[in-house]
Amino acid sequence: GSNHEQMLKRGYWSLKSDSFITKGKMPVLLVHQVAERVEALGQFVMKTRRTLKGHGNKVLCMDWCKDKRRIVSSSQDGKVIVWDSFTTNKEHAVTMPCTWVMACAYAPSGCAIACGGLDNKCSVYPLTFDKNENMAAKKKSVAMHTNYLSACSFTNSDMQILTASGDGTCALWDVESGQLLQSFHGHGADVLCLDLAPSETGNTFVSGGCDKKAMVWDMRSGQCVQAFETHESDINSVRYYPSGDAFASGSDDATCRLYDLRADREVAVYSKDSIIFGASSVDFSLSGRLLFAGYNDYTINVWDVLKGSRVSILFGHENRVSTLRVSPDGTAFCSGSWDHTLRVWA
Amino acid sequence: MSSGASVNALQRLVEQLKLEAGVERIKVSQAAAELQQYCMQNACKDALLVGVPAGSNPFREPRSCALF
Repeated sequence: GSNHEQMLKRGYWSLKSDSFITKGKMPVLLVHQVAERVEALGQFVMKTRRTLKGHGNKVLCMDWCKDKRRIVSSSQDGKVIVWDSFTTNKEHAVTMPCTWVMACAYAPSGCAIACGGLDNKCSVYPLTFDKNENMAAKKKSVAMHTNYLSACSFTNSDMQILTASGDGTCALWDVESGQLLQSFHGHGADVLCLDLAPSETGNTFVSGGCDKKAMVWDMRSGQCVQAFETHESDINSVRYYPSGDAFASGSDDATCRLYDLRADREVAVYSKDSIIFGASSVDFSLSGRLLFAGYNDYTINVWDVLKGSRVSILFGHENRVSTLRVSPDGTAFCSGSWDHTLRVWA
Repeated sequence: MSSGASVNALQRLVEQLKLEAGVERIKVSQAAAELQQYCMQNACKDALLVGVPAGSNPFREPRSCALF
């Protein structure tokens, strides 16, 4: 009846306001205050060491192979390319039937890649070195969403893929059968990004969306276990801190933020008055001390995670930076841009 | 008078918020100290942070010629 509804509404607003306070809007001790006595970082010399040219349009996504050398990238023109970043040679190329291939990922074995975009699907392509084989012939459609695929990631093995979509959901799929294993509902708008927790920390992942929320999910139950709503615009990128105890986000509100999972709140904001364009992509250096963030103003800002200050700004791309990942052993990071190129920095 | 469906949706929202509110939390000071500790413990292995001995970062070497 309507009394029950009144009670629910009161409960809802009471819980929402408590959460507003505990999660991040009230001033509280932040990471940089705790890290006051940590030595400041010196000057950084980071340069473009390789430029990967070959895409005919905007680069939208990239991922490293576990061999720390190969890179897969995808583009607005429908092309997916596998590169040897040491030599800059292209090792494989396939043309997808759709444009805007917004997501791509390397399989843990290094033997396959996954990709998708405006086709609303995630497809897996085995990588073959047989010159006579057509890569597109072995394509396997795995995931089906009802809107664009924005992100994909293999789990610990080649057998399962996690996807995020413009349809507002994330989903876990079995690669072999294409079966939906679990779906994750809760975002109020397009989901734009996801990241799997480092394997030591268990079966969770974080997603970010156009509803300004970052949500942490239990992969087995499909339940959202923690949610954070302190950004003021779309969250384009989420990435776990290497220990798994925190994650960073990059948003169209021109800030990057750090959320600690055990404190269950935002613990740092990385921003400057001079930075007014959205952050599209973030990743941590191996120790978690540095946060690399690519922006829509064509730059890459390097943040001291503990001190909250910017330690470096990297120029080079001639259009938006759309994607950025640190290599598996942390010796370099790669950025992809709407200027059609990828750059490897070290 | 609202429909049963919206009351159910509200019920689910309240349950979800209660679940999230029930998470056990540690203090930010402790959380930050542990993040800091992780950074310190792993700093020496972080090539982008501290650099690596000359010759051992493959990207800082001139690129090899592909012979085939």
